[in-house]
Order: sequence, then C-alpha cells, then structure tokens
Amino acid sequence: MTEASPGVRERPLSPHLQVWRWHVTMAGSILHRGSLIALYVGALILVGWLLSLASGPDAWATYMALLGSPLGKLVLLGLTFALFFNLASMVRHIIWDVGKGFQPKLADTMTIASLVFAGVATAAVWLIAASTGAL
Amino acid sequence: MAGTSSNFRTPLSRARGLGAAKHGAGHFIAERVSGIALIPLVLWAAFSGPLLAKGDFASASTWLAQPLNAVLAGLLVAVGFFHLRLQIQVVVEDYIEGFVAKSGLLLLNLFVCVLGAALGLFAILKVALMSGAL
Repeated sequence: MTEASPGVRERPLSPHLQVWRWHVTMAGSILHRGSLIALYVGALILVGWLLSLASGPDAWATYMALLGSPLGKLVLLGLTFALFFNLASMVRHIIWDVGKGFQPKLADTMTIASLVFAGVATAAVWLIAASTGAL
Repeated sequence: MAGTSSNFRTPLSRARGLGAAKHGAGHFIAERVSGIALIPLVLWAAFSGPLLAKGDFASASTWLAQPLNAVLAGLLVAVGFFHLRLQIQVVVEDYIEGFVAKSGLLLLNLFVCVLGAALGLFAILKVALMSGAL
C-alpha cells in the first residue's frame, strides 16, 4: 500500500502571545512557569547552604556573607515571592483540575488572589526577619 | 533511500509511536501529590529561614541536628527536587523542539535534580549525625 495522500496540508497553528489580548490569567500562567524556573535555582541555593553548613564554620560564613550581600538579599526576596506565588498558584490549578472555578471572573479573581497572597506573605516573612534583626 | 522507502508505509504506520507515551496521568498525579506535600514543608521553611539568618554557625548546626528539623529538611529537599524535576520536564517538553536538545535537557534536568537531592540529603545527614563531633 502506498500513501493515501502525497502531501500533508498545512496544519492550523494555535494562536500565540502576539494575537492574545493581555489578561491576568495569562500573566498568572507565565509567572507560574517563571517562578518555577526561579525555584529551580532556589533549590540549588538551598543545597549550597546545606553543604556549607556541613563543610564547617568558614564555608558557612562565606556563604552567609554571599546571601547577606545586597545582591544576595535581592535574589532571596525574589525567591520568597516566587515560592509563595508558586504555592498559591498550584492551589489555584488544583481547583481548576477538579473542574471548578472556570467562570472568567472567578478565574481572574483566583489569579489576582494568588498574586496578592504572594505579595503579603513575602512582606510578612521579610518584616518578621527585619523585626527579629535577621537582616 | 529513506524518502523512497517511506512512500511504501501507510499513514497509520508512520503515525504509530509518535503519540503520547501513555504515562501522562501518572506524571500529572505525581506533580499534584508532591505539590500538596510541599505546601506545609515550604511554609515551615519560610518560617525557619529568618530564624537561621539571625543565628551563627553553631546555632544553625544545632537547629539542623534536631530530629524534626533534620527530617523536615530532608523531606523538603527530596520532595522539592522530585516535584521540580516533573515540572521542569513539562516546560522542556513544551518549548524545546529538536530531539537532541530536548533529550539532552531532559537528561540534564534529571541529573541535576538527583545530584541536588543527594548532596542536600548527605549534607543534612552529616550535620544531623556528626555536629556533636565537630
């Protein structure tokens, strides 16, 4: 038997970023993946800290100085936000996975809520850190 | 020639083996379950972070040597890398097209996650079991 049709017709492509109107669930989706990639780096930073603790006081002090530098603090601040946003966003996705919350207004509200939660929780952790003198 | 011989294959035969690997549901469920497990672990870690940032080396070692902290830190590292491996695998599968680039990144993802988890767990064990001997 030979092929039924010699050439395959050009397949339709799904619309991509440039033809979508910007909306909050789209931003939430992009941020979810972005935060995931940030947390990949964050997990390696955590392993680095554990290794420095296992390597003795000098290695630990060097590593803590690195994390405590302005750039280190900025990275940790970003990672705190990524962590809380990813957490809230995953809960949001689990609600969608069980088939609930697909009404556009509700979906938008859930996405905004996860962003607000991430902002508030990040502020809370850093304010607690500041008030206990950890910064 | 490959091009000539492929003319004798039916469309069905050419399509076979190019679809899903039928492991999607297990992957999906493992992502969700590990994600749910990470919620309390991550909240505990976020609570502990400022505590550890404040103290010195001795207090950090003592903290990690406590059984509950050592076990929770171990679970955070193990479940965290398990979850990240699954999630990043999907990102690679979605955006990377070439077979070599995709396979390479998937392997790299697996190796980085296994290495990260192994290093983290070993470091926790060393501190937890030997901090008295330092």
